Amino acid sequence: MRDGAFTTRRPGLVARLFGTLRLPLNDPFAVCGLLIYGIFLVTAVFADQIAPYDPTEILYTPEYDLAADLLPGEEGHLLGTTSLGRDIFSQIVYGTRSALLIGITAAFMVALIGSVVGLVSGYFGGWVDAVLMRLADIAFGIPFLPFVIVLAAFLEPSIWNVVLAMALVLWRDTGRVIRSQVLTLRSRGYVDAARVSGSSDLKIILRHIAPNILPLSFLYGSIAIGWAILTEASISFLGFGDPQSISWGYMLQDAFASQALAKQAYYWFVPPGICIILVVSAGFFITRGYENLLFPKLGK
Amino acid sequence: MRPPATDTGEPLFSIREARLHYRVGGALSALRGRSSVVKAVDGVSFAIARGESIGLLGESGCGKTSMGRLLLKLEKPTGGEILFDGEDVSRLKGKALRRYRARTQLIFQNPFDAVNPRFTIRAILAEPLENAGVPRAGHEARIVDALELVRLPQPAQYLDRYPHQLSGGQLQRVVMARALILQPEFVVADEPVSMLDVSVRAGVLNVFRDVRDRLGLTAIYISHDLALVRYVCERTIVMYLGKVMEDGPTEDIVHEPLHPYSKALVAAVPVPNPHQSHDPLPIGRGAPDPRNPPSGCVFRDRCPHAFDRCASEVPALRDAGTRQVACHLF
Repeated sequence: MRDGAFTTRRPGLVARLFGTLRLPLNDPFAVCGLLIYGIFLVTAVFADQIAPYDPTEILYTPEYDLAADLLPGEEGHLLGTTSLGRDIFSQIVYGTRSALLIGITAAFMVALIGSVVGLVSGYFGGWVDAVLMRLADIAFGIPFLPFVIVLAAFLEPSIWNVVLAMALVLWRDTGRVIRSQVLTLRSRGYVDAARVSGSSDLKIILRHIAPNILPLSFLYGSIAIGWAILTEASISFLGFGDPQSISWGYMLQDAFASQALAKQAYYWFVPPGICIILVVSAGFFITRGYENLLFPKLGK
Repeated sequence: MRPPATDTGEPLFSIREARLHYRVGGALSALRGRSSVVKAVDGVSFAIARGESIGLLGESGCGKTSMGRLLLKLEKPTGGEILFDGEDVSRLKGKALRRYRARTQLIFQNPFDAVNPRFTIRAILAEPLENAGVPRAGHEARIVDALELVRLPQPAQYLDRYPHQLSGGQLQRVVMARALILQPEFVVADEPVSMLDVSVRAGVLNVFRDVRDRLGLTAIYISHDLALVRYVCERTIVMYLGKVMEDGPTEDIVHEPLHPYSKALVAAVPVPNPHQSHDPLPIGRGAPDPRNPPSGCVFRDRCPHAFDRCASEVPALRDAGTRQVACHLF
């Protein structure tokens, strides 16, 4: 009977994971940010159903003219068309997909690498710590955007260049912060207690230290999402992006190259700009919620 | 529960010239000649017989906690050796280390810091069992037994609570239960009652004493309070700035302290009689900077009996009747 109670009282894995992430649901800004992410996530997943056209398809009017530079609403194009006759709304919808794909994978890589480096460095100390932190110093010395441009110039143009560059460089902040957190956690009595009761280093890290730094890695992950999207947009705008995949940055570049501003085609470049702002500030709002949660004394 | 440890005559622990030195300041200060060494434990030697209870006595910063941590392999000695059952503790690895971990345990000073606040009492107590490879089905019974051993009434009701829902006394019993759940042979108790209310101290101390006698534990009781050490230990080692000052039967030290520092400690114990004059020895307030201890005898700058020889020669630990004293007066 006692054993039964033991198993039923343990909440499910998913519930426990969400419990450990401690989503900041009591902060209105954070909820707003999560909501924005939610909407974009749904858009990205159902992009095929939502977008009326293929974003790269060159469209024609029923009169067999090129459907270029149509204003919003004309010929049923919600946001008009580009000067190459592509549907802007469909591009926005598909751009969400690549933005989130880049953002989430980059954030995952940054949070993962940073957390592992921080945990190992802070827990073991000594020469491991020295080597990892000197690597972090080197990473801190690399200017990020020029590094991405150089990388993009050497590799095939691809949206994954940004993810790779972020994984190679941006783990530094996460790693440093988590290391310092681990340094204080390591000296807690219960870590000694675990060691005395025979727990291995790996077990101590996973059971007693990692759960305490998980919200922190999630915070840095949220920051990284915005960074990744912004970086991808910058790279695409500068023309180092992948012309095959539609992203918001590519749209801006396309609009810029087609002199959309001179044509006063605000419907072309304002929507992708707003989308970038929304996603990046959503990440910021969530970060803020985490900040209130992790450092409750800061706000007061 | 376990037959009392058979006395083979061989000590459980023998500590020979154990040293734990910390370098203060990083590589940069070393370059500028600013780094210094703190000798937390400096050449301490003693043996712990099976079934013996030893009080490690001294003021804060004297190295008593560091000594305990050395015994439990929580710190690596920078010199000397610590033999447990004839084996060098610092060389233990893998299976031998796990066996050693199951045989030695620590009771913490601050019970609130000693348990992970995210874990239930059940999870806290299950951790040593998991590490020792006790099958999961047997955990519940072992946990309840351990909590009953430390006299936590109706232990089942606490299992799914979190540490913050327990009082300090209850939590200290949980910490003791965790230390005892694998039935160790040796326990270091690091000021186990100093963070507790005076009202619950006696209860926890009595539990500690009873359990120790019942399980035939060998114990080190670390404290700055001579009265507490007297209550639980038959032998006392007085430490000062990383060195042993006096080592002998507790009653002898209490009634006739030899070392001037022990005298000061005995004099500092409050007497529950307002009419009796209370006259602690004039040894001054604080200990000297541990980075820069006095030459010769480390106690000389506070010692009322200090003479020339104390500055030039480090006193060795010498036999003096029933005990050993490190002082040039003897």
